[in-house]
Amino acid sequence: MSKNGVFITERDGMAVVKLDSGYNIGIPPGSCTLVERPAPQPSRQIDVVQNKNLPDLAIVSTGGTIASRIDYRTGSVTSQFNASDILTAIPELAEIANYRTIPLATILSENMTPAIWQELARAVYDEIKNGAQGIIVTHGTDTMAYSAAAISFMVDTPVPIVFVGSQRSADRPSSDNAMNAVCAAAAATSELGEVAVVMHATTNDDTCAIHRGTRVRKMHTSRRDAFRSLGLAPIGAVEYPSRKVTLVPDAVRRGTRTLALHDALDPHCALIQFYPGMSPELLKAYEGYHGLVIAGTGLGHTSTTLIPPLKRLVDNGTLVVMTSQCMNGRVCDRVYDTGRDLLNAGVIEGGDMLPEAALVKLMWVLGNEMDRTKAAALMQDDLKGECTRRSAHGL
Amino acid sequence: MDYKALGLVAGIEIHQQLDTHEKLFCHCPTMLREIAEHDGEFSRYLRATVSEMGEIDRAAKEEMKSNRMFRYYSYDTTCLVENDEEPPAPVNDEALSVCLTIGKMFGMTPVPQVHTMRKLVIDGSNTSGFQRTALVAFNGALPNGGLIETICLEEEAAQRVKDEVFSLDRLGIPLIEITTSPCMHTPEEVRNTAEHIGMVLRSTGKVKRGLGTIRQDVNISIAAGARVEIKGVQDLDLIAEVVRREVQRQQSLLAIRDELVMRGAVVDAVAGVEVTALFKETTSAVLKKAKKIHAVVLKGFAGLVGREIQPERRLGSEMSDYAKKCGVGGIFHTDELPAYGVTAEEVAHLRSYMHATEPDCVILVAGASEKQATCAIGQVLTRAKLALSDKPVPEETRKMLESGSTAYMRPLPGAARMYPETDVLPVLIDEARWEAVAIPELITAKADRFVAAYGIERNYALQLAASDKLPLFEQAVAEGIKPKLAVFTILSTATELRRDGVDIAKIPDQAYLATWHAVDSGKAAREAIPEIFRSIAEGSTFAEALGKLAPAVSREELEKIVKTIIAGRADFVQQKGMAALGPLMGVVMAEVRGSVDGKVVSELLKKEIAAATSPKTP
Ligand SMILES: [Zn+2]
Repeated sequence: MSKNGVFITERDGMAVVKLDSGYNIGIPPGSCTLVERPAPQPSRQIDVVQNKNLPDLAIVSTGGTIASRIDYRTGSVTSQFNASDILTAIPELAEIANYRTIPLATILSENMTPAIWQELARAVYDEIKNGAQGIIVTHGTDTMAYSAAAISFMVDTPVPIVFVGSQRSADRPSSDNAMNAVCAAAAATSELGEVAVVMHATTNDDTCAIHRGTRVRKMHTSRRDAFRSLGLAPIGAVEYPSRKVTLVPDAVRRGTRTLALHDALDPHCALIQFYPGMSPELLKAYEGYHGLVIAGTGLGHTSTTLIPPLKRLVDNGTLVVMTSQCMNGRVCDRVYDTGRDLLNAGVIEGGDMLPEAALVKLMWVLGNEMDRTKAAALMQDDLKGECTRRSAHGL
Repeated sequence: MDYKALGLVAGIEIHQQLDTHEKLFCHCPTMLREIAEHDGEFSRYLRATVSEMGEIDRAAKEEMKSNRMFRYYSYDTTCLVENDEEPPAPVNDEALSVCLTIGKMFGMTPVPQVHTMRKLVIDGSNTSGFQRTALVAFNGALPNGGLIETICLEEEAAQRVKDEVFSLDRLGIPLIEITTSPCMHTPEEVRNTAEHIGMVLRSTGKVKRGLGTIRQDVNISIAAGARVEIKGVQDLDLIAEVVRREVQRQQSLLAIRDELVMRGAVVDAVAGVEVTALFKETTSAVLKKAKKIHAVVLKGFAGLVGREIQPERRLGSEMSDYAKKCGVGGIFHTDELPAYGVTAEEVAHLRSYMHATEPDCVILVAGASEKQATCAIGQVLTRAKLALSDKPVPEETRKMLESGSTAYMRPLPGAARMYPETDVLPVLIDEARWEAVAIPELITAKADRFVAAYGIERNYALQLAASDKLPLFEQAVAEGIKPKLAVFTILSTATELRRDGVDIAKIPDQAYLATWHAVDSGKAAREAIPEIFRSIAEGSTFAEALGKLAPAVSREELEKIVKTIIAGRADFVQQKGMAALGPLMGVVMAEVRGSVDGKVVSELLKKEIAAATSPKTP
């Protein structure tokens, strides 16, 4: 029996062949015979005319896809970075703004580094300086919250800087990419004036939440509404498809802050999660680090066996900040003996900061403030909404 | 009709739900639910993905025109996979095994490595916007010498509740798709092939039963016509009729075209004319309600728009289906007017206003807006041009109507928009796995065996072989129950009770067996079985049912009763001899209130009558 098909690739020792019906099958490579080699088909470029009367937005892409093309033959998905491609895939965007696109990186978000955060901060700063009335940063969702926090600290912005991505891949008709992108564009042209994450508010395609960049966390591995504000309500919402933006009174408004870039970071910082029975030996690995954030238990604890090595770290110049793995609520190391011992060892209470936001903040504080006492004080100040003075009712 | 001379060519695609424990790509049960039981709902939009050429699939674009919001009902038996909120689990291996079994039964070749694909479907019936499907085997043989081209393993779509609302209980149930080559040439052959494939599928014992669990799509064309795909034929008995009617439709369309050409008919209008004012005083409810009424003249079409092309369908119906795509309710044409509240005066007025002469047909559409009316007239013109063209039978996907006639759904799909499901790993079908696939005995072979072994009628034997009570039957026979008693109870008694409204699903297999043993040992009468079952279905235990309905009459008691009755009618017995058996049966059965098997009574009576009438020995 013989069948005609198009050879796609060889994977795990099998030749993947697309039959005329469109189905792929895997067959032993030895059973294939070359009939002809088809000429590669050039992909067509469609130019979309933009409306110059609309606000100017810059889309900075880091690797998250808001638009993609599928090669139906190979199934490969290519992310689209240029404005024409994005507007072809999501035509509604053209009704909202005029776009220019800056391809900064094409990485999976788990491969993000503090150095790329700095490049991103500079790119965003340049775009705002050049007149962008809002910024959209496309980003993989896994570490989007870290990046949003990093840009929050590094860029003082008078305009919205909106992070957006998709939880369900952009190559599926049901992807959340298009609605998230449309809502992000709406938020980026709104009265908002701070760094935010705009993603689905619920599993429905009806509302996106606007989350503060320093208080947002990915709370589900796969759902559309994985992103949640912790410790405070979202700072706004965008209705879909009406694109109506509402902001809470606390949301920083457009024009409140003056544009400035503070892009220094000290990457010699770490974040560790304490667990019962954790060996004190492990802390040796952090000797020489400039900063260490601990996600402790409950009110902000570690076992007593960890206190001596922590004190040693502090004595040798490491700034140690305590946060809680509870995610909700603030640490208080004055209630129990262990807590008081941690404070005596020189550990700083991280208030109600999220552990990830505290790590990024620590890098930024240590990059910008050489004085250790002042740096410790900054860690407890609210710089970009990462700490609240009052605990809302929570959960 | 000589279908071979007409060049009838038909193929079928059979979709059968598999009866696996879990769904194809998640671990939810394959259980259908009542709509009222849904405990969650959510809403989504779907948009066609852009292809490598920067294009959107034509059919998908058509679906996207309205940018509809779909609403989905979820249940405590569905999960995040159905909600398109979680990546799929690996392919359900049980479902794959069933496909391999069926493939082997048809003598097919398995695919060395099975790849799951995504087939673009954005009508809302799949939350993801695609249907997952995998080619499992090809090249099977059919008894008519035809070919089974492929077997695919697919996920079932969500059930439409109404309009844009879907129920997720059905989404993801494994489905086997069997595609034959266009190898059939008569309506009966199509039916028989579908029946044969259905029988093979049921022989596995791993397919779902009942309405909606199997659907047939039929591809039909005649030599001068065109390929038409008819979707969703659920009833096997309608298949041949569907084929016959499609042949009739294609022939009629060809004949209409010939007549149009002969008459010199033309479709030269490019748009409709607004005639709303003409119907200001109309008594037609539809026209009165319309915001915009447009009309168009089809020159030379008079009498042909209203001509029947298959039962209850006219050329006008086809035009109406096309117009409905714009959202209008349908069309009016002068072949059927005056009617529907439109008066003869209005028709005459319309004809003169449109400058229509006698050979012309005027079409009316009533729209809720200018845009809708314009769109609908455009669609009517498109269809009219097709009727006049050298291809008067358009290639179409059609849906079956209740009677077996069909209505237009959409154009045939273009090149399949399929791309790999990157979230599902390929599955290797190595030789060892293929070798290990056991072929179950065909229902027909089983039936032949039952006929030979138990002397059951072939019709009954076929039903039994396909019945889900077959294991019960086999157990009963193994336990020494008479095969005919078991068959009669399973196929006849139970069916009659079900038709009578008794919930026979509540009768456990153990109760069947206990009842048969009771009959066998004379503790219950054969005649009492329906009453015992009815009582069990209403909640009694077997013992209670037996006690209530078959008060145990012991052998001893029975003998006493029989002797007493014979003694009381000694003259009658002496006079009639064995002929007294019939009348006495009635008396005894009345005495024991049907609780003893008639056969036992009759044997005993025979014995006692013989004893009573034989010469006494001193
Ligand atoms: Zn599920």
